[in-house]
Amino acid sequence: MRRTLPLVIAFGIGFAMLIQYFIPHPISENFYNVIVQQWFIIIFAFQFVLALRSFFMHHIRKISQKKEGYWFSAVAIASALFMAIAGFATKRGPFFDSLYKYMYAPLQATMFSLLAFFIASAAFRAFRARNLQATLLLVTATIVMIGRVPIGDYLWKGMPDLVEWIMTVPNMAAMRGIRIGVGLGAIATAMKIMLGIERSYMGGE
Amino acid sequence: MGFWQRLLKLDRRWIFLGIGLVVIFPLIYPLKLPVKPTKPSMDLFNYIDTLGPESDAVFLVNGSAPSTLPELMPMLQAILRHCLTKGVPVIFFGGLYPQYIGVAKMAIDEIIKEFPDKKSGKDYVFLGYIPGVSAVILSIGIDIETTFGADYYGIPIDSLPMMREIKNYSDISIVIDISGTSSPEYWLMYGQERYGVNFGVGCTAVSAPAYYAFLQSGQMVGLLGGLKGAAEYEELMARNGYPTGKRPATVGMDSQSFGHLLIVLLVILGNIGYFVTRRAEKTRGIEQRRKR
Amino acid sequence: MKSMLVGLLILFSQTPGVLKTGNPPGNLQAVDTPNDRGESITLKWVLPEDISGIEGYQIFREAEEESLHLAGYAPAGKTEYIDELGVKNNVGYRYQIRSISPEGLVSPFSEPSPMVKAYPQWFKKNLTNSLVMIIIYLGLILYFVQAAKRGKKIFLRRVPGLDALDEAVGRATEMGKPVLYVPGIWPMSEVATIAAMNILKPVAKKVAQYDSRIIVPNIYPIVMNVAQQTVKEAFTEVGKQDSYKEDDIFYLAYEQFAFAAGVNGLMVREKPATNLFLGAFFAESLLLAETGNMTGAIQIAGTDRVPQLPFFVAACDYCIMGEELYAASAYLSADPRLVSSIKAQDWGKMAIVISLALGSALTIFGLWFIISWFTTG
Repeated sequence: MRRTLPLVIAFGIGFAMLIQYFIPHPISENFYNVIVQQWFIIIFAFQFVLALRSFFMHHIRKISQKKEGYWFSAVAIASALFMAIAGFATKRGPFFDSLYKYMYAPLQATMFSLLAFFIASAAFRAFRARNLQATLLLVTATIVMIGRVPIGDYLWKGMPDLVEWIMTVPNMAAMRGIRIGVGLGAIATAMKIMLGIERSYMGGE
Repeated sequence: MGFWQRLLKLDRRWIFLGIGLVVIFPLIYPLKLPVKPTKPSMDLFNYIDTLGPESDAVFLVNGSAPSTLPELMPMLQAILRHCLTKGVPVIFFGGLYPQYIGVAKMAIDEIIKEFPDKKSGKDYVFLGYIPGVSAVILSIGIDIETTFGADYYGIPIDSLPMMREIKNYSDISIVIDISGTSSPEYWLMYGQERYGVNFGVGCTAVSAPAYYAFLQSGQMVGLLGGLKGAAEYEELMARNGYPTGKRPATVGMDSQSFGHLLIVLLVILGNIGYFVTRRAEKTRGIEQRRKR
Repeated sequence: MKSMLVGLLILFSQTPGVLKTGNPPGNLQAVDTPNDRGESITLKWVLPEDISGIEGYQIFREAEEESLHLAGYAPAGKTEYIDELGVKNNVGYRYQIRSISPEGLVSPFSEPSPMVKAYPQWFKKNLTNSLVMIIIYLGLILYFVQAAKRGKKIFLRRVPGLDALDEAVGRATEMGKPVLYVPGIWPMSEVATIAAMNILKPVAKKVAQYDSRIIVPNIYPIVMNVAQQTVKEAFTEVGKQDSYKEDDIFYLAYEQFAFAAGVNGLMVREKPATNLFLGAFFAESLLLAETGNMTGAIQIAGTDRVPQLPFFVAACDYCIMGEELYAASAYLSADPRLVSSIKAQDWGKMAIVISLALGSALTIFGLWFIISWFTTG
């Protein structure tokens, strides 16, 4: 029963969602809205109870055991509480907006901009013309990197057009191939779950 | 240890420093290198350029979190500026995720300062976050008013003059998703494919290659890829005599130019080092075998 | 906008002159809009012979409880209009159409259309080909599963990234350091996350067998719950339930880059010997993989997010690409029923390749009526 019931639910809901895709009737639309929109919101809200429990337990345990870097945990707890109180107390007013604008946004942008540094070091380390395929990759990447910025046009007028060709012909062909494979794989996985063939995500074999 | 071996073992922090310098320097001393617009950007620009005050509304979606703000904010602002200059009614949707709404607010607040005569609810409508992601996209196809209820400022949608004749996608000329995630795929599946609405995308440079297939299939009207796409849009605005603001994307392209050049230089140096050291190792191996 | 136009046209329609040039559109047809939720009628007409001086067409509607009134407008050159404004299901409507000039002069009305009613449909006929393909695909999966049950052997090519999992976990054990397992940053509803959970089970089993430690940080609480259950079951199955630590499978942060920063911190502090990044990854992929590379861990990554693959390839030791991620569970478990579905995938791909070739050939020869079977428009 412990395994059967989830399998029956997975089959029932999965099959219903598949069928509703082919039915334009308002009953089908309403069903989709109830399942996806309303259930989603309910589950979404309740999952944060789990999140809060795990978050506080994990960090409090680290602090109490004085594990390496435990004071980061103290910062994490203090920051979470501060943002929550600021949000509730000011009803998301200008103070909360300022926190978003001057703390949250720069922190996020900084993390994202680290990519520029990391890609440079990764490219320096890993981009090697070891064989024919790697050399092709290297040459193409270099052309695209130069051609996607104004200096490419400055160096050679035909560069942007060459890059556009690379993007719209070889790149697109490869992307389509991988996407078709991914799509079929996703359908196959979904069907295996619906039919109960794949059940390791439930903890079972 | 020779020069090339030392170079191959270069501490990555030197590379970080180099990237930092080449990015910062052009921001202080901009070179204003010319940007050549590409077809996907021109297609999107031209589509919006054909619209006017009597056209169906443009539904602009902010899919940018603060992380992708430097890359995507110039796109949001350029498109908003374009629409408002031409008097095209704009529905600006704050985003499918809660963390996006702050970015959308920053974008609209900044742009609206340039258009003091444009009024919320009359010339543009700003919609806030509601949960549901794919369900929201589907629901807009049925009724925008019941989906959102009120605009960002809490004013009921049915009381907004601009929204009186806008019910769903059939009253929208184009949906444009400016996105730092894979949300364009959701709009394609649930908006474009299901309701047949015209669709355009602005995305981060890393995501752009994945969308060319949809461009070719005609599922997308146009595409702005990364900061370059935003700079191209700014260039098209300038060429057509529209206001362009400070052109943040165009300024950023100088930094990107030098950043890319440095990476290419590093890759070339790395490869020279790789071949030189490999040859040296081979020669050493041959000599050792001879000695034995 | 549209409303203003309609308003203006109502004004014009009340003071009509006669359009000197141009006639009303002919052969007005009104049908229930196909494949929809109802409350919509599609009109089609033939353009008049002389279209000079025509700015557009006024569409009039009447019903049992509605007198003839202006219901819509189509600009010149259009031959189709979808009426959705106030259309009710199961009510009979009749339409008439006339041309209008920029000066507001109008032509006589067209012949009225036949009476038409709107209905909601129960099946999208334009998706019949998709349904047929899904049924065939489902049939293939079931056929190969049955074949596997009968003992038919299915060949699977080697996937180095998956073969290396054993070695990677073994290395962590030898070094006395933990294994870090990041199941992506998407919710449980996504196939990539399900695939990540499917791989987590055999990995956790190996970790338990070697008496090593596994750390699983999560971005979604539900994924965390599933991961906890999966790892617990894996430890229990090999009789090591006492070694299972719930605190090692925890919720880190809901925000993408906060999560990435948290995982990076974890890598720098705990220095796991093995990092496994399996699931859906986005811009954080390189931040994670490059930090792992700095700490000297052996790294195996796998994702179906195509734009992230180059980053993983550059910074990781092994990379599981695209659909290989979905196949990983079958590959690792060697369960014939799971393996058999990969065979069905291959046949599906073959069908698509044949369709592509056929479509190209048919396009060259201009056989559009056959090509239309492949479209979903």
